[in-house]
Amino acid sequence: MTTIAPSKRFQLPYTISLEKRVEDYPKWFPPAITIGAVLIAFLISGIILKLIGGEPLRVASFFYEATFGSWAVFSDTLVKATPLIMVGLACAIAFRMKLWNIGAEGQFYLGAFAASLVVLVPLVPPESPKVVIIGAMIIMGMIGGAVWGFIPGFLKARFQVNEIITTLMLNYIAISWNNFWIFDRWSDAGFQMTPTFDKSAWLPRLADYAREYKMFSGITLHLGVVFGIIAAGIMWWILERSSWGYEIKLIGDNPNAAKYAGINIARNIVLVMMVSGALAGLAGMSEVTGVVHRLQERISPGYGFTGIIVAWLAKLNPFTVILVSILFGALIVAGREIQPSGLALMLQGFILFMIISSDVLLRYKVRLTRQTA
Amino acid sequence: MNPIIILHAGLATGTILLFAAIGEVFAERAGILNLGVEGMMLMGAMAGFSTSLSTGSPMLGLLVAILAGGILSLAHGLVTIHFQADQVVSGLSLTFLGTGLALVLGQGLTGQNPPLVPSFDIPGLALIPFIGPVFFANHSLLVYVGYLFAPLTWYYIYKTRPGMHLRAVGEKPEAADTMGLNVYALRYFYVFVGGCLAGLAGATISLSVSPGWFSELTTSGQGWIAVGLVIFAQWDPLRAAFGGYLFGALRRTILDLQGPATLFGLTNPLYINPNFSFFLQMAPFILTIAALVWGSRAAIRERLGAPAALGVPYIRGERGL
Repeated sequence: MTTIAPSKRFQLPYTISLEKRVEDYPKWFPPAITIGAVLIAFLISGIILKLIGGEPLRVASFFYEATFGSWAVFSDTLVKATPLIMVGLACAIAFRMKLWNIGAEGQFYLGAFAASLVVLVPLVPPESPKVVIIGAMIIMGMIGGAVWGFIPGFLKARFQVNEIITTLMLNYIAISWNNFWIFDRWSDAGFQMTPTFDKSAWLPRLADYAREYKMFSGITLHLGVVFGIIAAGIMWWILERSSWGYEIKLIGDNPNAAKYAGINIARNIVLVMMVSGALAGLAGMSEVTGVVHRLQERISPGYGFTGIIVAWLAKLNPFTVILVSILFGALIVAGREIQPSGLALMLQGFILFMIISSDVLLRYKVRLTRQTA
Repeated sequence: MNPIIILHAGLATGTILLFAAIGEVFAERAGILNLGVEGMMLMGAMAGFSTSLSTGSPMLGLLVAILAGGILSLAHGLVTIHFQADQVVSGLSLTFLGTGLALVLGQGLTGQNPPLVPSFDIPGLALIPFIGPVFFANHSLLVYVGYLFAPLTWYYIYKTRPGMHLRAVGEKPEAADTMGLNVYALRYFYVFVGGCLAGLAGATISLSVSPGWFSELTTSGQGWIAVGLVIFAQWDPLRAAFGGYLFGALRRTILDLQGPATLFGLTNPLYINPNFSFFLQMAPFILTIAALVWGSRAAIRERLGAPAALGVPYIRGERGL
């Protein structure tokens, strides 16, 4: 039991004490707390914005208009949510094993790079059918991310090197690596981007069917979102229905028990890091082929890091990841236009802080007792 | 490629890592992993820069930077010590929060020129050949503070009673509690110390080593390198200081490689194509990974390791693991 004791000099009229919960809480309680925590994070950010002379209410209404206000902007929100779903899943599967993959950003970049190889080298003849090109890009994107996940996984399994630091360092390395190719070898007439890919390497978008269905005109939602949903389904099956998922969860919850049960922890570390990297790499591939249609600088506004918050907010549940991604997709869409530029990041920080703080309410009851002095 | 210049610059940039890494040594020695160093450094860099700009006093700027880092770290303390939240996730959110807050509060600071922390020669010592110009000439006050700070913290941690308490709290909090130490209070205190030093490290950048406010590029990952350095240093402040200086010097060497047209009689590829410098930019991060691998192998060999209770919340009245 934790007691925040009142100081002797300033006697508060109440003592706040935390008591361990013995009974189960009702089913609505955890989601209610999560939503409450997110609202409080918005509130605090609003107050800070007000303090520095902004207009929180106008920003809030702008936020709504720019993200959910019409089908066209909602589609933008979903487009930003798409990579977040995959990156969020990447983080969720690693975190489930208490493997701190903070390197989804780098794996995203490597996935984008490897997928671009298919077109830029080219790895398959450019006149191949679209299915072949896109298929090759999916495979390459996942391989690229998996390679970038393998490095920290191997170092942890073999030398017990802390994966938090290595994955983070690999982010910076991946960005420099991509920049070299974009600025130097593949630069389009000196610009910091590769030439636009041929249409055969574009993921189909709803807007492509605008001629048949008028309502789709200008809707940029692309096939990548389907990859995300399929990946969530597969991940749910792995975690909840397969024996491999059971191993992952057991290692995460109780590594000693896993060891005595004869589970090969080192092998699972490498495997899960590679799966995690592959998912982040797929997100990079989907962004390159579905949105920008070329490799360029800053293809990610920090998707890899936002994915960490998404995974945590979703309590590592694959399907909840999809919902949370939409909220954060909205945050990214609005954050591009809202000044000051750090606002979205600050809000994300507050949200994550509030979420992990609110967890204490699931484990403890807060009790206010009147002082009888 | 002048060795004096490289070592001189290495000591200056190494001082940033020295403060940040020693701060993290304190927090981790008390059993609290704080991955928010990057965020706290940015807050410190912004707060110090902004204060020096508005008051004209860089010393006041340092003080505010120290407090900014410290106050931010208390959020991590509350969440991990009292609420027993996961320290990794809390530290990450501290990085997001610190970075975001610093960007929001620091808008409009880019391009400003506040008064900086003074640089000076140490009289007498600066005249020693080679050693003088490297160690004791034209350095910022903070570099000289760093020289004294590392051995003092080493002495504090290993040779004094409060230092022993610090280690006890991080190694076996139940035993420390039985001894009558207030585990919660000590953990809060050292998390705060760690935050203060991270804030100071941030201000070391913005008010001394590479003056200016460049949003998140001000720190550009050095907070994370500092966290890595702590593992490399095996939680020893002297090794952390040495690692910081070594890192600083290597970084400078790498930068200087771009200058000359020929290296050892061969044409310098970096001189012909500046895009190769992207590979040089990777170098500090590759070095950190290499240092970690080396450090982890040494730890296994020498049976050293992290403080035993690092990352484990202490719950009074419950049995530890």
